[in-house]
Amino acid sequence: MKFLALIRSNLKRKKLRTALTILSILVAFMLYGLLCTVKEALTGGVAMAGADRLIVRHKVSLIMTLPEAYKRRMEQIPGVDAAVHFTWFNGIYQGESKNFFGSFPTEPDAFLDMYPEYVLPADQKKAWKKTRNGAIVGRSLVNRFHWKIGDHIPLVSPIWPRKGDGAWDFEIVGIYDATKKAVDTSAFYFRYDYFDEGRAFAQGTVGWYGVRVKDPNRAAEIATAIDNEFANSAAETKAEPEGAFMQSFAKQIGDIGTILVAILSAVFFTILLVAGNTMAQSVRERTEELGVLKAMGFSSQLVLVLVLVESCLIALVGGLVGLGLAWAIAARGSPVPNMLPLFYLPHRYLTIGFGLVVALGIVAGIVPAIQAMRLQIAVALRRHG
Amino acid sequence: MFNWLTQVANVTLFGLRTIPERKGAAITAAVGIAGVVAVFVGVLSIAEGFRAAMTVKGSDDVAIILRKGADNEMTSILTREDVRVISDAPGVARSNDGPLTSGELFVIINLPKRSTRTDANVPFRGVGAAALAVRGDIKIIEGRKFEPGRSEVIVGTGAARSFEGLDVGNKIRLGQNVWDVVGIFSGGGGAAESELWTDAAILQAAYKRGESFQSVCARLTSPEAFGQFKDSLTSNPQLKVKPLRQREFLAEQSNMLTSFIRTIGFLIAVLMGLGALFGALNTMYSAIAARTREIATLRALGFGASPVVLSVMLESLALALIGGIVGAAAAYFAFDGFKAATINWQTFSQIAFAFTVTPQLLVVAIIWAVCIGLLGGLFPAIRAARLPIAAALRET
Repeated sequence: MKFLALIRSNLKRKKLRTALTILSILVAFMLYGLLCTVKEALTGGVAMAGADRLIVRHKVSLIMTLPEAYKRRMEQIPGVDAAVHFTWFNGIYQGESKNFFGSFPTEPDAFLDMYPEYVLPADQKKAWKKTRNGAIVGRSLVNRFHWKIGDHIPLVSPIWPRKGDGAWDFEIVGIYDATKKAVDTSAFYFRYDYFDEGRAFAQGTVGWYGVRVKDPNRAAEIATAIDNEFANSAAETKAEPEGAFMQSFAKQIGDIGTILVAILSAVFFTILLVAGNTMAQSVRERTEELGVLKAMGFSSQLVLVLVLVESCLIALVGGLVGLGLAWAIAARGSPVPNMLPLFYLPHRYLTIGFGLVVALGIVAGIVPAIQAMRLQIAVALRRHG
Repeated sequence: MFNWLTQVANVTLFGLRTIPERKGAAITAAVGIAGVVAVFVGVLSIAEGFRAAMTVKGSDDVAIILRKGADNEMTSILTREDVRVISDAPGVARSNDGPLTSGELFVIINLPKRSTRTDANVPFRGVGAAALAVRGDIKIIEGRKFEPGRSEVIVGTGAARSFEGLDVGNKIRLGQNVWDVVGIFSGGGGAAESELWTDAAILQAAYKRGESFQSVCARLTSPEAFGQFKDSLTSNPQLKVKPLRQREFLAEQSNMLTSFIRTIGFLIAVLMGLGALFGALNTMYSAIAARTREIATLRALGFGASPVVLSVMLESLALALIGGIVGAAAAYFAFDGFKAATINWQTFSQIAFAFTVTPQLLVVAIIWAVCIGLLGGLFPAIRAARLPIAAALRET
């Protein structure tokens, strides 16, 4: 502790340089934090997939519809616990495609039962079952448009025009939250019966099914059983575990995601290189002083520790503030909610970030620190810095 | 004036000659700036390449007609009668075989991506007999065109490269239908290269679409004919359609992803620029600190303050320029022409494209580097000029 004053005055000897170094480390770790957030947003959803759930869709493509009657047939397949269907509605709010959000007709009871990660208060659930054109809306979507319960939301769907004038009207009867941060709450769910009765054509068809199996270990086997059930019919299916489905969906972004991550990592390491070099240089400049310390009787180990503590301190101040800023930015919500609805910085990346901060402090300090430790007093004193 | 210029030149040369003595710091600053420039060019070349794939080949004398209110082909629907009326509209170019229009159907199929082996959404288009002549830039580079009335497909080069099984001679099974791949076509780097094409009538039957289409692609007699063509369609009470120039249509289809990549690109460039700026400031401050006595000696000899300021700025600029050029060159060689594919959410399908480093992008990146260099030199330069001569001379 008594050497803290020494370290402090070393840090203060070139205030500007210390400040600039701290700032560039700050920027690097802010970038790191944002990079992790974007990465999570791009691959998001994979983590929230339930091990006991399958997605069943049309074999040819997700845009093709399946008969609604498949629900009962699937529920009779041994091992299948329940099935619930969804349809891609593509509702457009206020005629602006930038106001995009996911909107799906589904069955209230079966839906809430299958996805326990969505939490809806009991009275709102009751209201949803009572209100034919009722819709439940995720917390982040509500925040985005400043809606509240009781609001009427007009949506137009270019795929599913309503009989008559084509416009749909929904009343918000509930706001659902998520049990975990990794769960996306940017979707808009409404009742299938209202939708099916109102749409101009294709009654009795749905987009895809979520299926819960009784035993997660048999998920792959049951997926095959489902596909066999509908093989050689007009609408063949492709069933796969929810995680695999989300992963292949995330992978469609493909190279872009990988490249963004690669580029950001390059940025991060370039900045670290620059900052680390400056830190190392500031120790090298003081060789003579370190010689004096050793001449006064400071042990080699103590000199090593002093130099290391100094560089770790710089890294910690810059790194922690940078991570904090990134976290604060992510907490403010997505800057592009129509593209990346899920936007947050997971704790595991903060932990890794902290590790990187410490590693930076040690790596930048270790070479000059070892040099300082091995320094021969006579040589050091003769050297003019 | 001449004297002043000689002073600037002398002091600058003097400073530049001492760079080898502090090469560590100088290289660090240049590397930092090179990194900024490389990343800036790299990220934005994705956006440029994507935009190029979507729009470069969009011509002004080709029109796309969708149903009124539809944003993309998937949400559009047109009847056979609509297609006939559109084909007879004034302004449509004609050949010996009839009007140069193609009623088209657009569906999405799943095919495994070569790179990840996971399913991806691939656009599959049914086109009319005149489709190749309508677009004008489509060339069969391998195999032959599909025969009307048969389950044959031709594949764009981008799709053939990105998805498994799309080689000439192969069969692809989609649901209950089997398709023969009979040819590969190029479309001048445009969006069509990511697609599979077949006869619209066969696709209608395979997907039970009856006689409905989703869009019409029409060649006009000239780019100027679009106004007349559009007016005749929008004023026709039989039709509820939205005619667009192909270029406008394609730009609209890509604006979400392009603006997303641009936003991210600029965010990264700004943050990284800040990081590099701090690095450059550090370098220049320590350069000044190391040369305190030299500068004071020069001042004592009668060199003015402004030549000293300018020389420091020029030195920082030189480092930034070197870094910028190295970074831009690295980005050009690393990224230009890099082939990739991603999903375009607006069409819900994959599009293959090549990263494109445009000269404009390089210029902007180097300007960025110069700004960092100037800012990084400014404050240290002012400090150098303000050094009290007597005290500085005494410094060791």
